[in-house]
Amino acid sequence: MSLASASAVLNPARRSLALSAFALSALSVAMAAPAVADEDPIKVGILHSLSGTMAISESTLKDTMLMLIEQQNEAGGLLGRELEPVVVDPASNWPLFAEKARELLAQDEVDVIFGNWTSVSRKSVLPVVEELNGLLFYPVQYEGEESSENVFYTGAAPNQQAIPAVDYLMNDVGVERWVLAGTDYVYPRTTNKILEAYLKSQGVADEDIMVNYTPFGHSDWQNIVSEIKQFGGAGKKTAVVSTINGDANVPFYRELANQGVDAADIPVVAFSVGEQELSGLDTAPLVGHLAAWNYFMSVDEDANYDFIDAWYDYTGDDNAVTNDPMEAHYIGFNMWTEAVRKAGTTEVDAVKEAIIGVSVPNLTGGYATMMPNHHITKPVLIGEIQDNGQFSVVWETPSTVAGDAWSDYLEGSRDLISDWRAPLECGNYNVVQGSCGGGADVAATE
Amino acid sequence: MNTTAWRYWLKALLLVSLVALGPCALGQDNAAEQDTSATLEEDAGRELLQALAEANFREKEAAIDAIAASGDTRARGWLESFAEGKLAQVKDSGDIVVILANRGRQWPVADALTMEEAGEVSRRELDRVAINNRLRGHLDSTLALLDLRVDDPAQRLIAAKALLGDVDTEVVESLSELAQNESDPEVAAALTQAIAIHRLEQGDSAAVADLAGSLNGQVRAALMQASRSEDAMVADAASAALADIEQSLKLNRAAETLYFGLSLGSVLVLAAIGLAITFGVMGVINMAHGELIMLGAYTTWAMQQLLPGQPGLALLLAIPAGFLVAALVGVAIERGVIQFLKGRPLETLLATFGVSLILQQLVRTLISPLNRTVVTPEWMSGSLIINDALSLTLNRLYVLGFAVLVFAALMLVMRRTRLGLEVRAVTQNRAMARSMGIRATRVDILTFALGSGVAGLAGVALSQLTNVGPNLGQNYIIDSFMVVVFGGVGNLWGTLVAGLSLGVINQVLEPWAGAVLAKILVLVFIILFIQKRPRGLFPQKGRAAEG
Repeated sequence: MSLASASAVLNPARRSLALSAFALSALSVAMAAPAVADEDPIKVGILHSLSGTMAISESTLKDTMLMLIEQQNEAGGLLGRELEPVVVDPASNWPLFAEKARELLAQDEVDVIFGNWTSVSRKSVLPVVEELNGLLFYPVQYEGEESSENVFYTGAAPNQQAIPAVDYLMNDVGVERWVLAGTDYVYPRTTNKILEAYLKSQGVADEDIMVNYTPFGHSDWQNIVSEIKQFGGAGKKTAVVSTINGDANVPFYRELANQGVDAADIPVVAFSVGEQELSGLDTAPLVGHLAAWNYFMSVDEDANYDFIDAWYDYTGDDNAVTNDPMEAHYIGFNMWTEAVRKAGTTEVDAVKEAIIGVSVPNLTGGYATMMPNHHITKPVLIGEIQDNGQFSVVWETPSTVAGDAWSDYLEGSRDLISDWRAPLECGNYNVVQGSCGGGADVAATE
Repeated sequence: MNTTAWRYWLKALLLVSLVALGPCALGQDNAAEQDTSATLEEDAGRELLQALAEANFREKEAAIDAIAASGDTRARGWLESFAEGKLAQVKDSGDIVVILANRGRQWPVADALTMEEAGEVSRRELDRVAINNRLRGHLDSTLALLDLRVDDPAQRLIAAKALLGDVDTEVVESLSELAQNESDPEVAAALTQAIAIHRLEQGDSAAVADLAGSLNGQVRAALMQASRSEDAMVADAASAALADIEQSLKLNRAAETLYFGLSLGSVLVLAAIGLAITFGVMGVINMAHGELIMLGAYTTWAMQQLLPGQPGLALLLAIPAGFLVAALVGVAIERGVIQFLKGRPLETLLATFGVSLILQQLVRTLISPLNRTVVTPEWMSGSLIINDALSLTLNRLYVLGFAVLVFAALMLVMRRTRLGLEVRAVTQNRAMARSMGIRATRVDILTFALGSGVAGLAGVALSQLTNVGPNLGQNYIIDSFMVVVFGGVGNLWGTLVAGLSLGVINQVLEPWAGAVLAKILVLVFIILFIQKRPRGLFPQKGRAAEG
């Protein structure tokens, strides 16, 4: 069990006072923030799995947050107050995510939550943060088709990762046949639906698209890789667009290497494989396979080297790797502290309003800005795997791309926009019907 | 062949290709001959490399050609370092260096011109010379053209195969001459095919004759492209050749699917065979069986940590070590938990499930929640090439063989040793066996240790196929019970047949139904089968069945 649950036990009197203060603030936006003594720390909730299947990816993000909080405290804290991390372990169990989020907001009364990895865990937390008016920073690339008043999406939307990657393959590599391979859950299915619609709009024929789904943790890839080889042997340049998630990637790439699928013949571009996933793998046979992200550890910028050195120092391991969701947390955390400074308070509604338009430096030599749809601007980078488990950037967008909550390539989502500023204040405004809430059917298709 | 004669031919060949390739060939041939006279001036080499470093991706092809044509003896080394992504430019001085190791903050480098070690440089000071797939392809064919002139026929064959689909008009003439003068029939055939693909692309329908019957993927791709050609003669010839190729491909694919099935089956057998002893023979429902597999895999990792640089030896030593570790933990579970719950299957199930969670979290806390890297030794990577369309992945081939060995050894223990006899006696009639002087408790311990140890062996094998992490065991526990129940509880042969057949069924269904549905279909099939034959494929008969 984590330290956090122990620190959650407040004395009853103070707790009820704080609870009622919370309820008041939730009731009325106009009401001043509850009076908090200056010496009280600001609580930052960290909602990442430390056990179970997702621990492999999420436990690093918890450490990243702890490092960022430590750095902030060394620099004098925030608003003259100390930051206090509250760590809980939702154990890769989706319903438990909702419970732990409720615990963080109602019991520990954290001012902000950084957390989640899988879309299904985010969907499970969503009603809780909306009900209790919390703040959630979500650091992972996802399928889009969502915009919540209480969630800030610091990872990539499909137009910031998938679509540019496909454009690169189509225009720069000359790919004509496509294998869309993914793990069987909401993110790959929605992303592939968007990609399929996009490819068809670009004139790709039905028979040149092959879609394949595999369960979580799939380990026997012999048949699928053989099928990909066969599909790619039809005299047209073929590429695999992979939304395979988690550690199923390791046996997948191993099988690719063993069956001799060379990046020069059939490149695989992955949206969920980063430095962390490759660290469990001998990458020599994978050289040249691609990944699309908004950050790579190999990016040659001083800000990035500073971040990496800090990470080496924090973990005490000069072989530790950094990855894209870590950068997203770095950006999200800095945006939040900036917004708190701007608002002069950690009160949720004030921060929500202040954060739109906030710009902070990212680690790739540019700036990230929070857009009114709660997504941020990001550069899109395509990297090729190197033999040391790093990526070398072979292509990048000329400028940053703003995240699009609602895809332009899906029926029903095309007409929606999201703008959380007054006067619209709506996450799914239908520009055709001119009303808020016009996109329920899109979510329902999942 | 007589070496002097060969050298003579090589020289003659070089002269011919010099004329054919012009100035470009001069450098390549000299490089291949290791002629020391052709070392460039310091400045010229520096300029060539800097041009490569500072060019964008489109300009780099020309820079590569310039280096290949420079005639410098070091050109090959430069291009190889470049292909490996190891060339970098020092930001301040503009010097080109070769990165020797690229982890951590300071990277050791060597001067690219002198190849002398130049100390360590901060990674902030280095600008990597970027490479992409297209350039790598260009480099491969450039280097392959050089390799066609080496003495080793095996290397020439690799080079010739690399040129399939990569031949362009400039080199086709010199290639034809190389092909005519080639002494090795295999290399000559590959070269002829490479040239034929080029001819086919140019619309020569006669080239199809040279390609007919080949199972090579590049050949097939070229034929497919040609079959869509507007020239009816080319299209017809290509389609006819394709039809033949497809026919023999079908056979190869069937063989491949069978291999995939047997390979998956062997994994199932390995995972389940230990359980076939503890559950099948002893009747103990051990939910921590998966974690014993996981411990075997972690033992492999630990052995590789203990013996850095010798993954193969570590893997071999991990076989006895994995057995021992898992067996000892198995004994601890048996003594600590199971012996007190004899004859209470439900409580055993719950208690061992608890043990499995404890073991998982123990590994997570003591080692790491992250997966561990287990290195595949060189002799287990890659595949055994039967023909151009059929190759068997080596790691799975070894696991298949290992599964057969483990099964044979286990059968031997159960049928031919005193322990086996005692185990069978105790499980058939405990009271009678005891009254015959068999120490039943000791047999229990040994049997459980044997079953657990075999689970550890499965872990050693699985470390070569899948992720070594705390969840490894969970992924196999359901499959293991499935195989044992389907095969018939208490019957080792049943486990073998059930594992292999479930593997094959799964792989036959997979291309047709997809991985998710295939798994579901297999489960439904087993449920229906168990309804019809509750005791599995090979039910125990006679007195043993009554127990």
